[in-house]
Parts: sequence; structure tokens; C-alpha cells
Amino acid sequence: MPASNPRFSGYGLGLRKEHYRDFLETAVPVDFVEVISENFMVDGGQPRHILRQIRERHPVALHGVSMSIGSADGLDAGYLRRLKALVDEIEPLFVSDHLSWSRFGGFNSHDLLPVPYTEEALDVVCTHIQVAQDALGRTLLVENPSSYLVFDDASMTEWEFVARMTQRTGCELLLDVNNIFVSATNHGFDPLEYLEGIPAQRVRQIHLAGHTQGRGLLIDTHDTPVRDEVWALYTHAVSRLGPVATMIERDGDIPPLQHLLDELAIARRTRAAARSTAGATFGNVHALHATEREAA
Amino acid sequence: MTLAQMQAQFRAWLVEGNDAPMRNVARHAGAGLDVYQNNYRAQLVGCLETSFPQVRKWLGEENFIHAAISHIGRQPPHAWTLDVYGSAFDETLKAVFPDNPDLHELAWIEYAVSDAFVSADASPLSLDGLTDIDWGTARIHLTPSLRSRVATTNAEAIWSALCAEQTLPESEMLAEARGLLVWRVGYATWFKEVDALEHAALLRLQRDASFESLCEWLAVRLGEDEGVEKAGALLASWLNAGLIVGTETMQ
Repeated sequence: MPASNPRFSGYGLGLRKEHYRDFLETAVPVDFVEVISENFMVDGGQPRHILRQIRERHPVALHGVSMSIGSADGLDAGYLRRLKALVDEIEPLFVSDHLSWSRFGGFNSHDLLPVPYTEEALDVVCTHIQVAQDALGRTLLVENPSSYLVFDDASMTEWEFVARMTQRTGCELLLDVNNIFVSATNHGFDPLEYLEGIPAQRVRQIHLAGHTQGRGLLIDTHDTPVRDEVWALYTHAVSRLGPVATMIERDGDIPPLQHLLDELAIARRTRAAARSTAGATFGNVHALHATEREAA
Repeated sequence: MTLAQMQAQFRAWLVEGNDAPMRNVARHAGAGLDVYQNNYRAQLVGCLETSFPQVRKWLGEENFIHAAISHIGRQPPHAWTLDVYGSAFDETLKAVFPDNPDLHELAWIEYAVSDAFVSADASPLSLDGLTDIDWGTARIHLTPSLRSRVATTNAEAIWSALCAEQTLPESEMLAEARGLLVWRVGYATWFKEVDALEHAALLRLQRDASFESLCEWLAVRLGEDEGVEKAGALLASWLNAGLIVGTETMQ
């Protein structure tokens, strides 16, 4: 259950179709679930009906993938209207989307494309976050994406960009620890420096997920269990951030629900372990987590 | 380079495979650009595979992938939702397999079924809802989930056999054109083939909602008595099928 900190919302799972029946017919021990907003921004039908039933049982976080706050084209007003209608009906725990772009010039890539960390992009992203927050009437959580390239004209690091973004807009952060690890590995920066560089008090939610090794790059695939290296980084994150709502995100090769609940139990135990490993090195924490996973 | 210029170049890379401009703006761009290109195409192929399982089964894996790749080239996605990405897949199939009208109609059926699945909710009207109606001024409202098109082949039979994993019938042209209807009642999606007259009558009612106008239209085709009788029979049939969701009286 959530601790006494009123800003801590506990431990949750990303809700996927494969587990609808579990969530509708059994008492799944989670503090919240997260759904992909766009899957429910429909006119009607069974998806909305299922979400209403789930909402009667659990707090629901709405996690979007198509707001495209980094688009030079502006935001899609129709999209925001539909999201607002869903927010009004579901009264979600959080509303989040990504620091990325997907739409430009009548084209929508349906992928989380990278934003160059420049002053111009910061202006664009901040303007769009403010427009979205005004339209939705609430604070937006913005997630750091995994990235596979770095722009030559970037004038700041991602964590500097994120820090200035939160300062200017009042938005909060959905920190994806796996994405930090993937991007840090791909681009050669220190993930601990990233954690130190973001405003801890603005982090409201954490994502944990799995990745795979591509040709020369790590790929954020969400189709494997959380890796030991990411658990280790998570330990550092909760040491620095304090209690933050944490969830497992799994989108491919979906296992039985119990497997995800077992992973979530590791997150719960990590919170407790983090208190005793404060000051440990990244390598030591990594070794601790390898042992923890073997035990699980 | 401005943000807009970069995004235009990124779009060109994804849609046209032109990576030259992007390689000038990003270090280590080669492998990274390939990841984005792969993600983009894999996402769209996956969307079509999920949206058209029976078409995929009917075409076979190789032909389906060929059609999907062609669709991605012809129809870059434009909407914020992937739900609509398959809306013109039947048009792509017409271009790729021009001599298979059954396939085009099969694709339409699959898209219509998934489209109706998330259409606006509306409760079917009960018989009680038709009491005390002035039929001369009545407007009849059909379910917003109704999708329809002209059928020229036995795609309905093929689709049904594919869904039931039964032996497929030989593809054939219908002796005369008919209509395909897809709609939703509650959370169950229904599918039916109707004759051309019923299809045209339903389209007419969907367009102007006037029952009197429908009676007049049928009377011209069938004669006064038979036309009115047919209108009543169709109305009863549509009511039983859950196609009618409301009535009102024109002022």
C-alpha cells in the first residue's frame, strides 16, 4: 500500500489486453494501473466500458504516446479535446506523455522521435506543455524517451533540458529508468549524472521496463523482464528521489500477470533496500540486484 | 537548422528512405536512424497484421507483407490514432491485386468490423418506442455504428469461413450486386448481407431519416401498396436487428 507520503501513489502495472480478465475478475494487488490513453480515446464500445470497470477497482494513470509536444507544427486541438473528455470521465491519477515528437506536416510517425536539445526546441516544448496543461486543466507528467541518436547542434544535455522544462512549465516528470540506462549506454553519458541533474521534487512516477541489445545500440523494446543494470539504477533513483510511484511497463511477449507482480515485488523491496545501500557504487548495487533476482 | 527543417528531413527519411540530410545533423546517425526506420515500419506492419487477420490468412504471409509494404509506401500515416491506418487498405489491395474484388471486399469487412467496435454508443430502440408515432412526420435514427457498402462477390461467405476456420468457398462474383452491413448492438458486432433494394433503402434512411420519404421511394419501385408494405417489413426487420436507435417527429 502507499506510504504516508501523500505524493506517493504506490506500485502499479501497465494494463494490457492480455490481463483484462485478471483485473476484472480478481483482486490484483496493485496500487494503480496505467493505460495507453489513445487506446481509449474512442467514441464508445467495449474498450471504454472495460476502462470504466477497471476504474471502479483501481486508480488509473493515462499515458499517452501521440501528443507530440516536440512537434514544430503545434499541438493537435482535436487530440487534446478527446484526451480532455477521457480525463474528465476517468479522473486519472496521472496524465503523461513523452518528450518527443511524432507529427509533422500532416504526417504522423507513431514513434517517439527525438527532440534536439536546443533553445528553440525548449521554447516549442514548453509552449506545448503549457497549452496542454491549460486544455486539460491539470499538470502533465513528461517522460524521458529512449534515444538512438544525438543531434550535433544540441546545446545542453537531456537532463539540463528536462530541468529547465520543468522549471518553466511547472510540469512534473515520469522518469523512465530503463530509458535513462538505454540512452546512457547508447550515447556514453553517466546515468547517475542524469539522476543528479533532474529536479527530484518534480518526479511523480517511475517506469521500469526491459530492453534488448541491437546492432551496436540498446533498444527499448519492453518485451523482456527489467534487467539487473536497470534495477541497480532504480535503487540509485529511489535513494535520491525518495518514494515515487513505480510501475512495470511490458508491451511485448506479455507474460502471465504473476510474473509482472513478481517484478513489482522487487521494486517494493528495492525501496526498502535503497535506504541501506545509500552511498554504494553503481557496480555494487548491480551485484546486489543480481542476487536479488536469483532469489526471486 | 530549425526544428521544422529537421523534422521535415526526418519525415523524408522515414517515408522516402532519404537519409542524406539527416546524416549531416546527427552524430552516429547511421545505426540510430536505422532503429527509427525499423520502428516506424514494424509498427505499421504490426498495425495492419492486427487489423486484418483474415486478409492475412487469405493472402498468405508473403503476399500480405508485400501488400503491407506497398500500403506504407502509398499511405504514410496521418492521424494521431493507428486505429484508422487500415481505412484505405482496401484501396491499396485494389492497386496491388487488381483482379481480386473478393479480397478488396474482405478487407472492407475487416476494417468495418473493427471500426464499428469503437463507434459511438447507442441503445437499440424497443418496440415500445414506436407507439404513438406520427409516421407521416417521423424521423428514424439508425445506429451510428452502421457501416455499409455494395457487395459484388461472395466475400461475406469467405470471411465467415475464415473466421470459423472452415473450408473456404471458391471465390465468385454475385449474380447481382447486394449490400454488406456491419453494426454494433451493445458490445457485439453484427454482420449481414442484404439484397440491393434493402441496402439502398437503408442508405436512404441513413441519409434523410424520413420514414415517409422511404415509403414514397419504395412505392415508386414496387407500387403503392407493396411499397408501403415493404417499408413496414424493413422497419420491423431493422428494429429486430438493433439498427434503429431513436425516433423523433419533424416539426
